[in-house]
Amino acid sequence: MNIERPSGLEEGLEALAASPEATLLAGGTDLMVEINYHARRPEHVIALRRVKELKEWDGRRLGAGVTFRRIEQGPIRALAQLARTVGSPQIRAAGTIGGNLGTASPAGDSHPFLAACDAHIELQSRRGTRTLRWDEFLVGVKRTSRQDDELITAVVLPEALPRRQEFAKVGVRSAMVIATVSACVMVDDEGQARVALGAVGPTVLRARRAEEMINSESEKSDAALAEFARLVSEEVKPITDHRSTEEYRRHAAGVLSRRLFERCLRT
Amino acid sequence: MKITLVVNREEREAAVHGPESLLFVLRERLGLLGAKDACLQGECGSCTVLLDGEAVCSCLVMAGDAAGSEVLTVEGLGTEDELHPVQAAFVEHGAVQCGFCTPGFLISTAHLLGHNPTPTTDEIREALAGNICRCTGYGAVLRAVESLAGERRS
Repeated sequence: MNIERPSGLEEGLEALAASPEATLLAGGTDLMVEINYHARRPEHVIALRRVKELKEWDGRRLGAGVTFRRIEQGPIRALAQLARTVGSPQIRAAGTIGGNLGTASPAGDSHPFLAACDAHIELQSRRGTRTLRWDEFLVGVKRTSRQDDELITAVVLPEALPRRQEFAKVGVRSAMVIATVSACVMVDDEGQARVALGAVGPTVLRARRAEEMINSESEKSDAALAEFARLVSEEVKPITDHRSTEEYRRHAAGVLSRRLFERCLRT
Repeated sequence: MKITLVVNREEREAAVHGPESLLFVLRERLGLLGAKDACLQGECGSCTVLLDGEAVCSCLVMAGDAAGSEVLTVEGLGTEDELHPVQAAFVEHGAVQCGFCTPGFLISTAHLLGHNPTPTTDEIREALAGNICRCTGYGAVLRAVESLAGERRS
């Protein structure tokens, strides 16, 4: 096996252009599990941990190599909340937001936040830079629009993030758990809500009908909130698997969305 | 491929085959059996080491990517004659049952106290959430760490 360890972005992009079939290694928390269980044996690895540009976090531009440990300590409320639910302290010290996007698990913990705020994903190659909206980038179960010669270089957040934002996830314990359902709700200064849900479809999704319904209600009555939760439960597309059932996930998606929305209203 | 890294303050050279983990190299090539080979997916924390000062699961570190790094395993924490304060506290409070998870708990605790000398009970629980004890000896572990936090507070 050949391993390359670039320390700068140019060097990394060159290595990838020369070997687009190479396996990319960021924090290793997903890739090494596959290797340890003999599901994968890469011949050529490009390790990204040393690429300094990827570790930069400048306001709304979040480098792909920023670890969940740093995000957990950062200033963005729901982003810090979700980072705190990623794995364990050991996993957060290694795992990165770029890796979380590259793996593109339906339960990716960062995805509901990115969907709720309509974040963009920046990709770079020797050919140039392109920026895709979250739903253009995440296209299926463990599938993204990244081309083989592209690196995920950053997450670009919108200019203004709603101050009121909440994230939560449901799982069998507080630590070391893959989400059964995860949700992020944001409410902007005009009172407009956005609701994104993870682990209830092939990719993270927005509950658009529920958003529209609650945003058209001037009075957030109990009946309106109950209808909001019902619409979320209806809109999600969960499956039954070893982690949970479709029925439970629908129920939990509605409960979680309503709870987070009410938390937003109280702040 | 051969890699050089600093393990327990000593420069070591090790052969590495393919994408194998740092844990495998520590145990099978360098004879350091403190970090345990258990879940191999980052769930249990029994392979926790400090990699350049960060507590990580060594089963999730590709050995080739650790070349040039500094690694601290439980073998480098203290000696039989001079236990590290965390080891002494674990002995004092009986925070060891079968002992399998203990090296990981010791490293995670030493890392926690290095960053936060006086953690609250909640902070201790959260910092040790990535270490699993299947004997369920958490009460004694918690008392051991709390005693260290208490000493540092007074």
